Amino acid sequence: MMDRKIRILIGKPGLDGHDRGAKYIARALRDAGMEVVYTGIRQTPEAIANAAVQEDVDFVGLSLLSGAHNHLFPEVARLLAEKGAGDMILFGGGVIPEEDIPGLMEAGFRAIFTPGTPSTEVVEFIQREFSAL
Amino acid sequence: MEVALRRMIVEDLAAGVMARSTRAIARALSVVENGGEGAGALLHGLFAHGLSAGTVGITGPPGSGKSTLVNRLIEIWRVQGRRVGVIAVDPSSPFTGGAILGDRLRMQDHASDEGVFIRSMGSRGHLGGLAWATRDAVLVLSAASFDPVIVETVGVGQAEVEIASLADVTVLVLVPGMGDDVQTMKAGIMEIGDIIVLNKADRPGIEQLESSVMASLDLIPSGQDRPPVIRCSAATGEGLEALQTALEAKLAAAGRRTDRERGRVAALLESVMAERGAAIAAALVAGEFGSLDGAVESILAGGTTPYLIGEMLEGILER
Repeated sequence: MMDRKIRILIGKPGLDGHDRGAKYIARALRDAGMEVVYTGIRQTPEAIANAAVQEDVDFVGLSLLSGAHNHLFPEVARLLAEKGAGDMILFGGGVIPEEDIPGLMEAGFRAIFTPGTPSTEVVEFIQREFSAL
Repeated sequence: MEVALRRMIVEDLAAGVMARSTRAIARALSVVENGGEGAGALLHGLFAHGLSAGTVGITGPPGSGKSTLVNRLIEIWRVQGRRVGVIAVDPSSPFTGGAILGDRLRMQDHASDEGVFIRSMGSRGHLGGLAWATRDAVLVLSAASFDPVIVETVGVGQAEVEIASLADVTVLVLVPGMGDDVQTMKAGIMEIGDIIVLNKADRPGIEQLESSVMASLDLIPSGQDRPPVIRCSAATGEGLEALQTALEAKLAAAGRRTDRERGRVAALLESVMAERGAAIAAALVAGEFGSLDGAVESILAGGTTPYLIGEMLEGILER
């Protein structure tokens, strides 16, 4: 009855109201037996980082389709580290050009999923990373 | 040495909680929620500081606007300078154990406010509208000097009334369009509201709802408390101040702290006994039959019955 669940926050930073993808992934992770905190659209990096710390999640997944990922994704990573939560595993998704991915990985993201990624790939990524913790 | 190390970590965590460190509070909540080693020691360490917060329960059917209402209450209490804790419970899947924890979404206005701590919990198979560890989580937030602590239940149906034994004041949130007045006659959820909120009061059907709730309250014998009934709309702001005033009055009435603590201690003891008792019983049965599966096999093979095993457990207790 008591067991360790994988906890994940799915957030959408910045001015982007397109949340179909974020909700789809949240639902897929739920069906994989994980606890998913969904914080909704148009969040500041600060609000997302604070929520992640309070919820003590293992993973933070960010979704963005507005093109501002090069600014907003690293900002969430920076704030998490600043709040002593640099150990949370970050991943991202959305309309993100190939050439931006190395920079985001450098900023601390462990994976970036682009349009067309099957949800099973995201689930497997999380299970793999979690078992390595 | 490993034991000493563990104790130190627990002590650090308890100290961090009482020093109001966000990261320590969040970690402590995970420890109690996962119920592993250290949870008992941590709660023991926080116990003396963990009973003082006023506890407000918010319950009602799915989609009745509980989270949005909580969001507005946080706002009012923050203006008064109170530090507000929130535990929001959402249902876990009975099939996969997964959960979408979406209450926080309505409360993100307060995400960057250090004086507000919001934690989402999956019910993890616990029935009754709360999670196994909700009581313990309230204790942690209280020890971190959050007062009041608001507990939002899962969306409830008719019989999930556990919140009434946890909260000092329980708010039942109803909305128009939930059925005819036979629904308000039924036992269970309709009986636990210390305050009844008729939410989404800007929607059609609010008059019928109010008259059927009032009619059901008319039968409360004179001399007994009748819960105040308050029309609210988080959308327009109607009724929110009245709700907060009623909450303060009820908290003050529940107030003689010693009585409140007595009730809470009794409930905590009961939940620890239920949890530990079940674990001890399971270990005893496994000891007798090799494993729980072994006991099931033995029952299926006609060797015993669950009731005989129950008698056996009582026998062990008497020895």
